[in-house]
Amino acid sequence: MNAAYLIVALPLAGAILLLFGGRRLVEPLSGWLATIMAIGSFVCTVIVWASLLGKSADHRLVDKHIFTWIPVGSLHVSAGLQLDPLSLLWCLFVTGVGSLITLYSIGYMHGDPSFSRFFFLLNAFVFSMIVLVLADNFLFSFFGWEGVGFCSYGLIGFWFERDTAAVAAKKAFVTNRVGDFGFMIALFLMFQHFGSVNYSVVLAPLARGTATLPGAFATGLALMLFLGAVGKSAQIPLYMWLPDAMEGPTPVSALIHAATMVTAGVYLVARAAPIIHFSSAAQWTIAIIGAATALLAATIACNQNDIKRVLAYSTVSQLGYMFLGEGSGDYGAGIFHTVMHAFFKALLFLSAGAVIHALHDEQDMKRMGNLRRYLPITFPAFMIGYWALAALPPFDGFWSKDAILAAAYHKNIGLWIVGVLTAFLTAYYMTRQVALVFFGQSRWFDHAKERGAAGDHHVYESGVPHEAPATMTVPLIILSVASMIGWLLDAPFGGLNFIDKWLAPVFPQAVAVPFSVHTGTKWLIGLIAVAFALAGFLSGVAAWRRAVDRPRLEPAVLARAWYIDDGVSAAVSGPLARMANAFSFVIDARLVDGLVRGLSGAVAASGRQLRRAQTGYVRNYALGIGVGAAIILFYVSLRAGS
Amino acid sequence: MKTTGIPILNIIVFLPLAGAILCMLLPSASWSPTVHTSSRGSTGGGWSGGGSSGSTSGLGPSSALGPAGLVALVVALAELGFVVFLLIDFPSSGHAAGFQFVSKHSWIGAFGIDWNLGVDGISLFLVAMTALLFPVAMFGPTLRGNSRAFMGWMLLLEAACMGTFLSLDLFVFFVMFEITLVPGYFLVAGWGGARRNYAAMKFFIYTFAGSAFLFVAIIALVFLAAPKNGGHETFDLITLARITSSLPHADQVLIFCGFAIAFAVKIPLVPFHSWLPDTYTEAPTAASMILAGILFKLGAYGLLRLGIYLVPRGAADMGPVLLTLAAVGIVYGSLITIMQRDLKRLVAYASIVDVAFIVLGFFAFSAQGVTGGVLEMVNHGLTTGAIFFLVGIIWERRGTLRFADLGGLQKSMPIMAAIFLAVVMSAVGLPGLNGFVGEFLVLAGTFVTHRWWAVVGTVAVITAAIYLLWAYQRVFQGPVTNPANETVRDITWREIGWVTPLLLGIVFLGVYPRPFLDRVTPSVTYLLDRVEQAAPNADVPKTKTVTYSLPANQDVRGRPGSAPGGSGGSGTTSAAATGTGGSK
Repeated sequence: MNAAYLIVALPLAGAILLLFGGRRLVEPLSGWLATIMAIGSFVCTVIVWASLLGKSADHRLVDKHIFTWIPVGSLHVSAGLQLDPLSLLWCLFVTGVGSLITLYSIGYMHGDPSFSRFFFLLNAFVFSMIVLVLADNFLFSFFGWEGVGFCSYGLIGFWFERDTAAVAAKKAFVTNRVGDFGFMIALFLMFQHFGSVNYSVVLAPLARGTATLPGAFATGLALMLFLGAVGKSAQIPLYMWLPDAMEGPTPVSALIHAATMVTAGVYLVARAAPIIHFSSAAQWTIAIIGAATALLAATIACNQNDIKRVLAYSTVSQLGYMFLGEGSGDYGAGIFHTVMHAFFKALLFLSAGAVIHALHDEQDMKRMGNLRRYLPITFPAFMIGYWALAALPPFDGFWSKDAILAAAYHKNIGLWIVGVLTAFLTAYYMTRQVALVFFGQSRWFDHAKERGAAGDHHVYESGVPHEAPATMTVPLIILSVASMIGWLLDAPFGGLNFIDKWLAPVFPQAVAVPFSVHTGTKWLIGLIAVAFALAGFLSGVAAWRRAVDRPRLEPAVLARAWYIDDGVSAAVSGPLARMANAFSFVIDARLVDGLVRGLSGAVAASGRQLRRAQTGYVRNYALGIGVGAAIILFYVSLRAGS
Repeated sequence: MKTTGIPILNIIVFLPLAGAILCMLLPSASWSPTVHTSSRGSTGGGWSGGGSSGSTSGLGPSSALGPAGLVALVVALAELGFVVFLLIDFPSSGHAAGFQFVSKHSWIGAFGIDWNLGVDGISLFLVAMTALLFPVAMFGPTLRGNSRAFMGWMLLLEAACMGTFLSLDLFVFFVMFEITLVPGYFLVAGWGGARRNYAAMKFFIYTFAGSAFLFVAIIALVFLAAPKNGGHETFDLITLARITSSLPHADQVLIFCGFAIAFAVKIPLVPFHSWLPDTYTEAPTAASMILAGILFKLGAYGLLRLGIYLVPRGAADMGPVLLTLAAVGIVYGSLITIMQRDLKRLVAYASIVDVAFIVLGFFAFSAQGVTGGVLEMVNHGLTTGAIFFLVGIIWERRGTLRFADLGGLQKSMPIMAAIFLAVVMSAVGLPGLNGFVGEFLVLAGTFVTHRWWAVVGTVAVITAAIYLLWAYQRVFQGPVTNPANETVRDITWREIGWVTPLLLGIVFLGVYPRPFLDRVTPSVTYLLDRVEQAAPNADVPKTKTVTYSLPANQDVRGRPGSAPGGSGGSGTTSAAATGTGGSK
C-alpha cells in the first residue's frame, strides 16, 4: 500500500528534476526520464490496485495521510490520498495512457529546442492529475485540478511564438477558471455546511445512508460542483476552449483530450454522486447539458477541415455522452465510456499526430488524401479508433455508448433520441474524416510544392510521407489493441462486467439507485443505435467517397461553429472591452482621481485667495480685529438679552 | 510571555536606524562611487537605451556599491539574522496569543507615553517579511544615482516599518507610521521616473491628509479612555484595549471611522486609491517593491491592530461598510486593471485587488478570514515584491514597459519568463503557491459569515487570471515584432540569487503554510474573542459547525417523485431540520 506514495512521488520527482536539470540533459534523455517516471507510477498503481483487489469489496478504502496542509480553527485540510475503486480506476488509465503518450512524445517532439520543457510539463501534468483523483478531500483535489489547468496552459501555449497558441492557452485557463469559480463556491458551501471538505466527512455518511441533505442545498452544491466540471470537461457553455487547445503539440491534445484533463469533470461528478443523489434538479441539469453538448459538438464536427479540430469537437461530444450517462443515474456507464474513450481517443489523436508528422505539420484534411498507402501502421490504427468512436460493433465505443443510451432511455425518451441522433452524426463525421485523410486522391503533393516554392523549410525531403519512428508506433499498437478488446472490461454478459462490480462499493444503492431495462428493450436500443451508426457511416461514404468539397454539406454556419465563438469574442472585444476601458480611463482616471485633484486644487485656490488678506498693512489688520470684535460683542449682547 | 536575554525588538528597530545614520555620515560621493557605472561592461547589445546602466554582471554587489552600500548590506543582513532568531525563538503554539518579548521603557511620562515594543503572531511574519524584502529591494535591482543617500533612506524606512509593526504604544506607532512617509517621499522624488516629483508630492500629501484622521482618532481615544484609567492619559496599547472596548457605542464608531479613513488611504482601499498608480509607476524598482510590499501593510496592520483590536464594537458596526468597500474594490480594481497598457501600472492596479482581499478577510470576523488576511499581507509582500523586481529588470533591459513595445521576450529570456510565470501564478492563486492559501482562507472565512460578499470576491479568481495572463502573453509570448526584443539579455545569476528567497517563500507558504498558520491563529482567535465580547450580535460564528440557513422556499424533502427511487425518503425531513438548524 505504501506504493501509493510512489504513484504521486515519481512524476513529481520527474517534474522537479526536469525543471532544474532539464537544460543539462541531452535531448532524448529528458524524454526517457519522464517516460520512466510515468511508467513507474503506472506500475505502482497496478501494485496498489492488486493489493486492493485482495481485500473484500467493503474494505477497499484506504486513507493515506501525508501532511496537514491548511489548519485554521475549525478548518482542517490535509494532503492525503484516498485509495478506493473509483480513484484507482482513474489512476490506472491516467498513468497507463499517460505513459504511452509520454513515450510517443519522445519521437514526436524530436528536434524541438524546448524538448525538456515539454517533458517537465508532461510529468507535472500527470502528477497533477494523479493528485486530482487520489486526493482524500475536495480541496487537495482542487490542488490537482488547478495544477492540471496550469500544465495545460503551459502545454497549449508551448509554441509561444505563435500568437494563436498564446491566445488559446490563455483562453483555456480563463475558461477553466470560470468553472473553478463554481468549484470554489462549492468548497465554501461544504465548509459552511459540513465544517470540512474531506470525503470521509462530506460524502461517506451520505453514501452510507446515515445522513441526508436538504434538497435546495444539495442542488446548489451539486450545481456549483458541476459548474467546475463543465469548465474542465468542456461542456456547454464553457466548451469553447477545447477546440482551440489544438494549438498545442499533438501529444498534448491526446493527453488533454483522452486520458486526463477533460475526464476530471466526469470524475468530479462521479465522486460527488452522494451529493447529487439528493438533487433531482441537478441530475436533470447534468443529463440535459450532457445531451445538448453531445449533439451541438457533433454538428460542428461535421464541418471542420482541421484533422485535430474534428477530433476535438468529437471529444466535446463524447464527454457529453459521459455526463448524459451520469446524469441519467448510471455512473458505471459514464465511467465505462470514459475509460473506453481514453483508449480510442488517445489512439485517434496519436494517429492523427503521426499523419501530421508524416506530412510535416500539415493539418488541413483537404490537403491530405490517399495516405493509407504510405502509413502502414498508422492507417489501421486510425481505422480501429474510428470504428470504436463511431460505435460500430464490436469495438469499444459500441458497448459503452450502448450502456449510456440504455440509461438515457430509462431517464427520458427525449434524451435518448438526442443520443441516437448524435450517434448518427458521429459515424458520419468520422467517415468523412477517414475518407478525406486516407482515401481518394493524394492532394498533399501539390501543396508541398507550393509551400516549398514559398520558401517554407518544411519541404518533404523524400517527396513521400513516411511512417513514424518506433517510439511513436509502439503506443499506437498498444492502444489499438486496447481499443479493440478494452470493452471486455465491462461487457454486459457472461459476468464480464468487471468495472461495474469493481465500482459497486463506490456507488451503493443509497447513492445510485439501480434500475434495470428489460432485456428485450436493451436489444432494441442496441439495434437502433447500430442502425443509426450504420446510416451515418453509409451517408458519410456516399457523400465523401469521391468528393473533397461539398459546399452544400458544409454550410458556413457549421464550419464557424454556429458563430457562438465569434459572437463571444465580438462581445468581449467590443462592448465589454469598451466598458472596461471606460472604467480605466474615464471613471478612474478622470472621475476618482479628478475628485482628488479637484480637492487639492480647491485647497490651493482658496489659499491663493486668502493670501490676499495678508497685506502686511497694520491698518488692514486693525480693521479686521475691530470688525470681528464688534460682531462678537453684538452676538454676546443678543444672547445676554434673551 | 516569552522574553530573551537580549533586547531583540529594540535591536530590530534601532539597528537599521544606526545603519542609516552611519551611511549618511560616510564621506560623500567623492570616493563613494555610485552604482551607475556608465556604460561599461558587456551588455549583450540590442536593447534600446532608455536609461539603462551598465551591468555588474556576475559580480557581487559589493564591487560597485561603495562603502555606504557595504555598510547597508551588512546592516540589512544582520537585521535579517536577528529576525530569523526571533522567528525561531517565537513560541509556536499554546499560550502564544499575547505579545511576546515586550520591552517597555518610560519615555514621556507626563502623557503616559512609553517606548513599548512587543510582537505577536500577527506582527511576527510582517516583521519577517520586512527583513527579507529590504535587502532584496536594496541590492537586487541595479541602482542609478547616489547610493549613499539611497541606502540611508532605505535603512531609515526599514527602521520605521519595523517600529510600526512592533510598537505597543499609540504614540510610537503614530510617529513611526508618519516617519515612513519621509524616506518614501525622497526615494520616489530622488530616484523615480519622469513624473517623479508629481507622484512623490501626491503620495505624501494624500497619505498625510489621511494621517490627520489617525491623529485625531488616537488623541480622542486617549482622552476618552483617561477617566477610566484613574484620570491618567495613557498611550499603552494593552492598557487602552482593556478600557476602550467598553467605551460608548457612538464613540467607538467615530473613532473607528477615523482609523478606517487614515488606513484606507494607506492601504489603499477604493475609492482612496488614486495616488497609488502614479506613485508606483514613477517610483524606482526598489521603492516600488517596498511601497507595495510593506507600506501597504502598515495600513492593513493598523486597521487590525488599532481598528479592530482597540475599538471592536466600532469595527463590528462598521464592518459591513468595509466589507462592501473591499468587495467593490475587488471588482472595480479588476476591471480597471484589465485594460492597462503599461506593465508596471498593471501590477500597481492589481495590488488594489490584492489588498481588498486583505480587508475582506479582516472584516469577515472569522478565524479563517482574518488569518487568511494576515497571510495575504505576507503573500502580497513576497509576490508583488518579486513582480516589481522582475518588472524592473525588464525596464533596465528595454527601457520601456508599454505592452505595445514588448512581446516575444520568452525567446531571448527563457529563465526570466519561467520565474515571471511562477510569480504570476502565485498572484493568480494557483494552489501550491502562497497566493491560493491566503485567497482560499479569506474567501472561505468570509463565506461563512457574509456569503454574498465572498461570492463577489470570488469573481477575482477569474479576473486575476485574465489580466495577469494577458499581461504575460503580451510581454513574453507571441512573435517578436519589435527588433529590440530579439536579443534581450536573460536574467543574470546575481539577479536570480536575489529573487530566490522570495520564490522560496512563495513555494513554502503554498505547500506547507502550517508553521505560519499555527503561530498566527492564536493571536487571531484572541482578537476575535474581543470582537465577540464587545459586539455579541456581530456576525461571528459561535459554533464551529453548521451555520447554513435554509432559504425561505426550501423544499426540505428530496421530492420522492422525481428523485430516482426516492430512497432519501421518510428520514429526510427530520434529519434535514436538525442538521440545518443553524444560528441564523
